[in-house]
Amino acid sequence: MSNFIELAQQAAELAQDGTTNANLTADEVKSAEAAQGAGMAYGLAAIGPGIGIGYLVGQAVQAIARQPESAGQVQTVMFLGIAFTEALALLGFVVFIMLKFV
Amino acid sequence: MILSQIHFPSIKNIVEWPNFFGDGWYGFNKIALIALIAAAVPALIFFIAGRQSRLVPRGVQGFAEGIVSFVENQVAKPGIGTGYEPYLPVLISFFCFIAVGNLFEVIPFFQMPLNARMGAPLVLAIIAYLFFIMVGMKHNGPVAYLKMVAFPEGVPKAMYILVTPIELISTFLVRPFSHAIRLFANMLAGHILLVSFGVLCIAVWTLQLVAVLEVLTFPGLIVFTAFEIGVSLIQAFVFSILAAVYIGGALHPAH
Repeated sequence: MSNFIELAQQAAELAQDGTTNANLTADEVKSAEAAQGAGMAYGLAAIGPGIGIGYLVGQAVQAIARQPESAGQVQTVMFLGIAFTEALALLGFVVFIMLKFV
Repeated sequence: MILSQIHFPSIKNIVEWPNFFGDGWYGFNKIALIALIAAAVPALIFFIAGRQSRLVPRGVQGFAEGIVSFVENQVAKPGIGTGYEPYLPVLISFFCFIAVGNLFEVIPFFQMPLNARMGAPLVLAIIAYLFFIMVGMKHNGPVAYLKMVAFPEGVPKAMYILVTPIELISTFLVRPFSHAIRLFANMLAGHILLVSFGVLCIAVWTLQLVAVLEVLTFPGLIVFTAFEIGVSLIQAFVFSILAAVYIGGALHPAH
């Protein structure tokens, strides 16, 4: 917790002075920004596919409820749709990995 | 705060393995061993099943026939449609290789999915890519196939300015990468999830008072392990059904 307080104080000093703080090296600033960007990238990338997959599965459940005998077919198409929708979230995850670790 | 002392391993430590022998391009490490086993196990199962075939399948033969009928009914028929029979073996190969490779994520002493390294899914996706292009060109003729991809039927003529570049780029450039990344990112995410929970369980156990949190983390580890078994099989299914849909799209014009 003390690390966070120190960081917050340094950030406040940075904001006041407008100059770089001697305690933070360029690498540290860069990795902090990369971590922020990585978290934001994945968070934003998860919104759309989350809504999409929820809608898709909801509709599939409705279809199966109306016509239980077509459950097998609906399930196959549902997995296909999920695979396509999920790709966007996974790209966000790959961006996260690249920003954070590579 | 005592929990901030927990350090998660870096990504290098959880996906890179030292070579058993050889180095550079020819190094043989745990991933290569898993790939060999993942290729050998389905081959062995199907070999034993096919050695003495009975009319009423039992044991290994029943298992193998279950896999075949699952891929036939759930993957090949919905994905390709009529005339799926010649492409069934390649889809079964994809399914078995990926499923066994993925299941090494939860097998003790291996604990590493084959497809969490970009190499394996990329090669599989390139095989599927070359395969569906060759099927399309063989079935329709090269020029007719390119025309079928670039100029889909039922689109107003003016829209081809927009549609043609999108179709060409999405079919010939983006498709193998999205096909590979879908499998790779899913398995890497699952692997990181399991590693995180494993590290958390060990770290929490060693901190005297905080060890109470084990009641949260250890069931989490068990539940996510079960979840990852499901994800492994579903990703094998999704990869093979996407390959089937691509082959079907190359086979039948105007879908």
